[in-house]
Amino acid sequence: MHDDLNWAIGGEAGDGIASTGKIFAQALSRAGRHVFTSKDFASRIRGGYTAYKVRTSVDEVQSVVDRLDVLIALTERTVDENLDELHEESVIIFDGDRTEFSDFEAPDDTVGLDIPLKSLAEDAGGAIMRNIVALGAVCAVTDFPIENLDESLDKRFGNKGESIVENNKEAARLGYEYVKDEYAGVENSYELETTDNDYVLLNGDEAIGMGAIAAGCRFYAGYPITPATDVMEYLTGRIEQFGGHVVQAEDELSAINMALGAARAGARSMTATSGPGIDLMSETFGLVATSETPLVITNVMRSGPSTGMPTKQEQGDLNMMLYGGHGEVPRFVLAPTSVAECFHKTVEAFNLAEKYQLPVYLTADLSMAVTERTYEPDEFDMDEVEIDRGKLVDEDEISAWQNEKDQFKAHAVTADGISPRAVPGTSGGVHMSTGLEHDELGRRTEDTDVRVEQVDKRNRKVETAEEREDFDYREFGDTDADNLVISWGSNEGTIVEALGYLDDLDVRVLSVPYIFPRPDLTEDVNTADEVVVVEANATGQFADVIEHDTLERVDRINKYDGVDFKADELADEIKQTLEA
Amino acid sequence: MSSENVRFTDFKSDKQPTWCPGCGDFGTMNGMMKALAETGNTPDDTFVVAGIGCSGKIGTYMRSYALHGVHGRALPVGTGAKLANPDLEVMVAGGDGDGYSIGVGHFIHAVRRNVDITYVVMDNRIYGLTKGQASPTSRSDFETSTTPEGPKQPPVNPLALAMSAGGSFIAQSFSSDALRHTEIVKEAIEHDGFSLVNTFSPCVTFNDVDTYDYFRDSLVDLSEEDDYDRHDYDQAKDAILDADKEYMGVLYQDENSTPYHEAHGVTENMAEIPDGAPDGATDLVREFY
Ligand SMILES: Cc1ncc(C[n+]2csc(CCOP(=O)(O)OP(=O)(O)O)c2C)c(N)n1
Ligand code: SF4
Repeated sequence: MHDDLNWAIGGEAGDGIASTGKIFAQALSRAGRHVFTSKDFASRIRGGYTAYKVRTSVDEVQSVVDRLDVLIALTERTVDENLDELHEESVIIFDGDRTEFSDFEAPDDTVGLDIPLKSLAEDAGGAIMRNIVALGAVCAVTDFPIENLDESLDKRFGNKGESIVENNKEAARLGYEYVKDEYAGVENSYELETTDNDYVLLNGDEAIGMGAIAAGCRFYAGYPITPATDVMEYLTGRIEQFGGHVVQAEDELSAINMALGAARAGARSMTATSGPGIDLMSETFGLVATSETPLVITNVMRSGPSTGMPTKQEQGDLNMMLYGGHGEVPRFVLAPTSVAECFHKTVEAFNLAEKYQLPVYLTADLSMAVTERTYEPDEFDMDEVEIDRGKLVDEDEISAWQNEKDQFKAHAVTADGISPRAVPGTSGGVHMSTGLEHDELGRRTEDTDVRVEQVDKRNRKVETAEEREDFDYREFGDTDADNLVISWGSNEGTIVEALGYLDDLDVRVLSVPYIFPRPDLTEDVNTADEVVVVEANATGQFADVIEHDTLERVDRINKYDGVDFKADELADEIKQTLEA
Repeated sequence: MSSENVRFTDFKSDKQPTWCPGCGDFGTMNGMMKALAETGNTPDDTFVVAGIGCSGKIGTYMRSYALHGVHGRALPVGTGAKLANPDLEVMVAGGDGDGYSIGVGHFIHAVRRNVDITYVVMDNRIYGLTKGQASPTSRSDFETSTTPEGPKQPPVNPLALAMSAGGSFIAQSFSSDALRHTEIVKEAIEHDGFSLVNTFSPCVTFNDVDTYDYFRDSLVDLSEEDDYDRHDYDQAKDAILDADKEYMGVLYQDENSTPYHEAHGVTENMAEIPDGAPDGATDLVREFY
């Protein structure tokens, strides 16, 4: 029996797919098992095909695979959509009482379990619980202690009252017993071992929200957009407990300007959006940089251009974040490569923004943002969070930064490019900030020397950061190998898993969380025999950057159909590319 | 600087305005500075936000913390700053193009949000800085470089927009009536919630219709009308929609409206944060067990 189990629930949007999936994922995580979830959702609220997949193992899991062991099919289409991934031990749970399933037969070489989900749910107190009946059935098939599911139901429905919780537990039990009674032999087809490990289960958007609060962010303004909305939903209701506030702005133009206003007033401040929203924010992005305001702008990428495929995966905005906006604008771009790193890089983004007084793009791709993963809780150790507010000056320090007329030099030209920062309310620090080119006092100028001095000063921050910060990459695989695979964003986990399928092909993998400033890969690229850059876009935007930096041609593996890389598939592509 | 000995000249920067001699913006700004000083504010605790246009230059000529932003987006900046630090006196200024054209969406939402900021619009019924195109408050037959036969659309009525969005303080003033203008801005500052002061600030270079003389002759000062009650919604509505007359003064005030900070409990200065993760942050992790 494999311990590595792939389970899915699929149906129409509106069928409660995501919450059912999450209940089971949480039960597994609480039972000390690793979990990796992925969602396939269409951009509509009702109808269409939606699925929630859960991969679970006692070992760490970092990606999806092409195999489905247990499937709850709420619609017949769910089975069709997953035919390729079914195998002879796959168990399909469906409700033959539903008219659409009346002629249904489970595909050859799979095990179909026809369970009257709806009527059992009614017995337990309401048809709405049919998904929970199905989860009970899954427990029976996988020999998973139903008590663990009960705990999850307590957590999910606890605030709705005792009787709702009890009804749901009863629904699960009816499903469980139905399998034991009617399908003896199929029960215990799989065995999901439990352990004493304590894990937490969260997705990238949640990790970003949690990182923001940990970093002392107290103001957030945003406008809803898939797949960034979860960041706002996470912060709403939580940030208030830490003296913060969330505003749902009227649009992205307003969101970034509100965030800018709060940042000028001294708050650690953030906005989050996805590609189209970044387009709208571009004008103000330049103002943030020119006025030297610390601001974190999160871009949860989805498939573009234009409205593109809003619920699908892509890493297509790298060029926009690197080069977007009119004029030349110093900015940092951080791209966490795992859910846990979303937390750490968010904290870092706030520190960098304040230390260097510039806009920091923090970017996750859709897959990472919506994918839940298990971690040891100490991966999110709050005691390790450090806050560095940079050159934020108080009343006493201000005099060192005043000119002979006691005017505060908010844009003082310094060797490291970083000026002092005084927030409104600080006595003696009065100054104006503007998007116009300005002198050290912030006053408009078109003086050629001052212009050059200020541009150089702002750009110097990047050089300073390159000297002082550790813009490194992560390395794994065979570190002596001549073949080099480079990746950014959520592909890391898939590549780690793909290594297992590469047989005798040795590769060294670099996963790069810093897009700008970024580690210098010249040496690595020049000394490798073959180099391939893996990314979820059509043109290879990161590969272009590497070619530009290293003056070497690199190979590319690109995927832009909206679907995540899968480990086994990717391994094949890497083999083909490197051995070609 | 303590607030007792602040004078309005303390709010003046050493930069000479580059406005055309005679521009209405001078008077509007002077009134704002006086009002700030007379309501006990200091440059240190004042944050002035402006957009783009001749009017938008105001932040340069005033001495206080200030931000000169992009075209049309000053209100969101002011909103963010006020929410982040409620102790600041936040004043937003801009032109009729800035506020009622490119920024009109933010205007409506700022009004309905009712954040405690004062918004002064220097309404000259023309685009000044871009040299004389029609603005949303230009008359429908006003000929400009981009509307040789007039805009042929009725002008926007900013007071009516504010009223329809639930405005709690809606006023109009005239830059050259220094006393009244200062008084009105003072009342706006003292109002607890969002205050709109639409200030007629004639453009002497590009607008020969909405001139000083025109406003001097036509504006009806509500403070001189005995039977006008600014708290009477219907009366205010009639005055605001009156097509034949233009008024000066506070047209409407709802002193009982709930300002945003009260409705949402946003009262702390968010600039202050601990050196590490805030107390209780570990509970955030525990939620994911
Ligand atoms: C996004 C953008 N579009 C256009 C402009 C050009 N622009 C500068 S000022 C202005 C109009 C200003 O008119 P108004 O707000 O009435 O101010 P005034 O100059 O009359 O005081 C325009 C269109 C700009 N700066 N930014
Ligand atoms: S162009 Fe008009 S609005 Fe601009 S400064 Fe001159 S008079 Fe004032």
